[in-house]
Amino acid sequence: MRRGGRLAILGVLLGVAVGLVVFTVMAFLRSSPPTVDFTTGHMAGAPVDLRVQTVGSIGFGPHPTWVSYMTETPGGQWVHTTLWDLPAHTRINVTLDQYDSGSPLRNQQLGQIIGTAGTVATYNGKPESVINSNDTNGVGHTFTIPTLGISVPLVGISANAKNPCSVAPCSTSYDHNVIKFSFVTPGPGQYPWQCFVPCGLAYLYGNGGPMQTVGYMDGFLKVVA
Amino acid sequence: MSQPDETHHFRRLVVIWAVLAVVCDVVFYFAVGPHVPPGAMSTSASGQQTDFIVLFMIALPVMLAVWVYMAYALIVWRGSRSGEEEPEGGPKARGHFGIQVGWIATTTVIVLGVFVYGTVELVVPAGAGGGEGQSPIWTPASHDVLSIQVIGQQWEFTYRYPAFGGFETRQLMIPVDTPVAFHVTSLDVIHSFWAYQLGVKADANPSSDNVAYTTANQLGAFTVRCSELCGLWHGAMYDFGRVLTKAQFFAWAQSTERQNAANTKLLPPFSYTYVPDANGADGGYYPDNVDPYSKVQQYGATSPSK
Amino acid sequence: MALDMRAGIRSEHSGDAAPPGASVRRRRFGLFGPHLGRALVGAVGGYAFGHWVGNLIASGYINVQGNGQNDVATVLGLSIGVVGWLAGAGMLNYPLAKIVGREPLPPAMSKSWTRYFGPALDHKVIGLQYTIVVLLFLFTGGLLAMAIRTELLTPTSHIFGPGTYISVVSEHGTIMMMMASSIIIGPLGNWLVPLMIGSRRMAFPRVEAFSLWMFAAGYLVILTALPLGGFPTGWTGYAPLQTQASAGMDSYLVGFAVIGIGMICAGFNLLATIINYRAPGMTWSRIPIFVWSILATAALLTLATPTLVAAGLFGVLDRTAQTALYVNEHGGSSFLWENLFWFFGHPEVYIMALPGFGIVAEILPVFTRKPPFGYRIAAAGMIGVALLSFFVWQHHLFQSGINPDMRPLFMLTTELISIPTGFIFLVGMGTLWKSKIRYEVPMLFALGMFFNFLIGGISGVFLSDVPVDVTVHGSFFVLAHFHYTIMGGLVFAFFGGLYYWLPKMTGRTLNKRLGKWHFWTMFIFFNLTFFPLFLVGLLGQPRRVFEYAQNLQVLNDFASVSAFLLGSSFVIFVANFVWSIFIDPKPAPANPWNSLGLEWQTANPVPSYNFARIPVVLADPYHYGRGDSQAVADLGPKTLALAGAVRADAPAAVGEHGVTGEEGSADPRPPIA
Repeated sequence: MRRGGRLAILGVLLGVAVGLVVFTVMAFLRSSPPTVDFTTGHMAGAPVDLRVQTVGSIGFGPHPTWVSYMTETPGGQWVHTTLWDLPAHTRINVTLDQYDSGSPLRNQQLGQIIGTAGTVATYNGKPESVINSNDTNGVGHTFTIPTLGISVPLVGISANAKNPCSVAPCSTSYDHNVIKFSFVTPGPGQYPWQCFVPCGLAYLYGNGGPMQTVGYMDGFLKVVA
Repeated sequence: MSQPDETHHFRRLVVIWAVLAVVCDVVFYFAVGPHVPPGAMSTSASGQQTDFIVLFMIALPVMLAVWVYMAYALIVWRGSRSGEEEPEGGPKARGHFGIQVGWIATTTVIVLGVFVYGTVELVVPAGAGGGEGQSPIWTPASHDVLSIQVIGQQWEFTYRYPAFGGFETRQLMIPVDTPVAFHVTSLDVIHSFWAYQLGVKADANPSSDNVAYTTANQLGAFTVRCSELCGLWHGAMYDFGRVLTKAQFFAWAQSTERQNAANTKLLPPFSYTYVPDANGADGGYYPDNVDPYSKVQQYGATSPSK
Repeated sequence: MALDMRAGIRSEHSGDAAPPGASVRRRRFGLFGPHLGRALVGAVGGYAFGHWVGNLIASGYINVQGNGQNDVATVLGLSIGVVGWLAGAGMLNYPLAKIVGREPLPPAMSKSWTRYFGPALDHKVIGLQYTIVVLLFLFTGGLLAMAIRTELLTPTSHIFGPGTYISVVSEHGTIMMMMASSIIIGPLGNWLVPLMIGSRRMAFPRVEAFSLWMFAAGYLVILTALPLGGFPTGWTGYAPLQTQASAGMDSYLVGFAVIGIGMICAGFNLLATIINYRAPGMTWSRIPIFVWSILATAALLTLATPTLVAAGLFGVLDRTAQTALYVNEHGGSSFLWENLFWFFGHPEVYIMALPGFGIVAEILPVFTRKPPFGYRIAAAGMIGVALLSFFVWQHHLFQSGINPDMRPLFMLTTELISIPTGFIFLVGMGTLWKSKIRYEVPMLFALGMFFNFLIGGISGVFLSDVPVDVTVHGSFFVLAHFHYTIMGGLVFAFFGGLYYWLPKMTGRTLNKRLGKWHFWTMFIFFNLTFFPLFLVGLLGQPRRVFEYAQNLQVLNDFASVSAFLLGSSFVIFVANFVWSIFIDPKPAPANPWNSLGLEWQTANPVPSYNFARIPVVLADPYHYGRGDSQAVADLGPKTLALAGAVRADAPAAVGEHGVTGEEGSADPRPPIA
């Protein structure tokens, strides 16, 4: 074959290779759940209201059986994500609708509420500073930001609940617990947060699957100036 | 070629090497030595620092010997462009009994010396801060050892103080000038407790106890990082501990014991190993009717999974 | 009449003569014959079938319904996919034919370039096929490394999610380790060993082809990890994180099993060849040092790799059948995988180091025009390293909670192994003494290897010292150590060997100036990338983290930028390789380096039967130098290499029966069947 022909084949192969690499990077490596933006239109000094829910199984997407968090945008829509843009040095008022049942904590140390305003959280209106996870309902999930020292256990609904929600996003007409707490964001940075209850169904030690996937039981607080 | 030529090269090499080796070793010892990681914040850290300095001061002349020789050879014995002359071949170029024996003997002596020194540095500072498993044999001389249990879980370290009622906290505080025993264990996968400035590293294995000793002798903060890949947030699994004066430490311990009293009542009794539930809170990995192998201290889900 | 040494090799003609009463079987040619395309079809079909069977078996399991992840389907899909791949490549034809009692048809002996895409029995074709697959591994792993260094540019802002990042790290490490275990054995070991020992073939040509196709299958299997969700354990695969991981972990386990089986086959094939197929006169003290290194490596391949395959099997059982081999709470042990893996893992790194030593020991004499200093000590060093490598594995586990008295013991054995490892430096330094050094590209790579391996090896002594190991274990210090030894040692030696032997392997020369550019950019940027990482590790950054302390950013950035430049140095090599071999090849002289090696005394291009007449070996191939002229071998009348200095324009070899192997002529002799 002449040199020109060989060069042409080489060019095609190179193009295919580059295309494959770009595709892999874009499709696999850079894919990520969307980030809910709480900073645009935010007035300095005003608190931010963050509403999230935890569900027993997400019901849609590539892993319908997985437990998950969901976030409500400032516009009122429920989005399947755990990534938030929050303003720095701002008080965040969190309202959390917990739709999942609970169990005893693997490490009861997480039954303590730490790092929140007043070191308490209110559970269906009642403020608590320690949750006994061996109680009847147990703890379904936790909301924990280890690097900021913030942790709130999320009490589960009863195992015999008559009206559990099975497909997200769940509306408040289903059985749920409302948990409220506040904390103040620090300076700019990306702070990982996670659930500490090993609730990955059918994974060894319960910490696989949704427990190790951003968008389900793990996320980032992206604090911007 | 002839004998004087070879001795001439050899002598030059030895002189260049000796000068460089002495200069580099001295510069290293005085300029870099005091700053060698992990510093001198504890007995194990200072031991490791001294060990590193000694090793480096032995390694540096060895490396210089090779480098000086090769640089010399590559410059002095480079061939001409035309490449027509041939160097001396024959049986003399194929080996020299004295040189070979000398090389083997020297490397063996250096290696054995380094081994003996390393063992001494391992044994004397009570295990040099490394995890010794559940039956440690190199323990601190004093019997007043403060035990702190380090519990690794995905993805945070928590610490239990059996001497203070077994409270569990996220903060690691230790008193200065007190031998501390870290009992490292895990509640799920393998982690590794690495207190950098204290020179302590011990892997955290589920259902086992890994003991590491140290004595801090400077006040200040130290970094704790997980150094065994344990999943998603391995890179974020770090925090900071502090070395406090004994008075400050007691004050902190007692006030934390008070503050956490309500939760400490709910924790399982203190034990050096726990048997975490391999099924997790939602169950399902193993059939529910399979009991864990050991009945020792179940830590976590006591009710059957739903 | 000369002895017909082709006994045992059936020619194509005799195979076509069907035994009486048998039906005539037609061989498949062209699109339907065994080749890469058919192998891919087989792989896809096999994966689909295996996945379907797995779903049939396991989709009713409680835990599969709970987590939505069917590991049985993935494992079966990958395994049967590999079987389909092998079937498509024609690897199963011979065993199946024998099982059924028929005469197997040998593969078609095509002379065109298409023979590189199918099964081959000629070890030279297999060597070149290995070269291409090794380069595929290298560049894929290299791109992943670029991704890692991009993420580590800043400690706080993240380009990839944390889960993706550890998958990228794990994939990079696994691909590179899979490649490095065969990077020299595959391309150069297979191509050179029969020629160096004066043989026409390897002991088990079909096994050799099988090991190549397994190696390529391993590449495809480990690539499937990314779409399956990646795996979070790093290349070391520690349980129980391994058992907890998503489906990509199955790709890792099956991939290593596949690569492992390929390695075992390559190992015993080389052992049998070197022990049994040496030409007359090729005594143990005359074989090239490279062959000694391959012998030691092959022994390790054969003996150490089965442990990996067993450990991987246990991991698969834990993930699919819910056994508890690695789970403490149900009677297993989280220590079990660590020990099994490192029992393989430590000999594995010597599988990587020894062939590199062999290559530099071959290159140095040619470009210094002196025999190697201490041939016996080189061979003894390699055998010593191979033996001792089985007794050091606990140094990876010093802080794991092993019995404390084990630690001084393994510190001793690990430090002792540095003694035979150091012999290669004695050999190199002695060979350079009063020589005439020619700075050709292969020599530059060999010298670079010495520089890098010295740093890598000495840092290993630091790691073997338990107190220092307390700080540096699991940190970037370890990472810098093994990159210096594996990349700085082995990969540099690989490139040196490639530049040195490619003129013989392909009959085409690589451009010299591009080669020197490649060497200098690679050497400088390699050192600039990895030397700072020693400091980063000492200053407290663990391995495999996506966040690190703020004060380490400057060092990390320096390493990252140097890494990007290091990556671009490979582009120079690719450009050179592709241009000089495929696009605009220029024919190479028969012996451009004036080497005395037996592999250089063959005709150019090397015919498929290697030697017209099996040579009678008279001396080792190192009689360089004034006053020491000695023929390497007697290859028959009117042949090359009857003098110490070989001239590049010497006439081509002429064998018996008047058959010539002149350049460019078609070879009329019947090929090996």
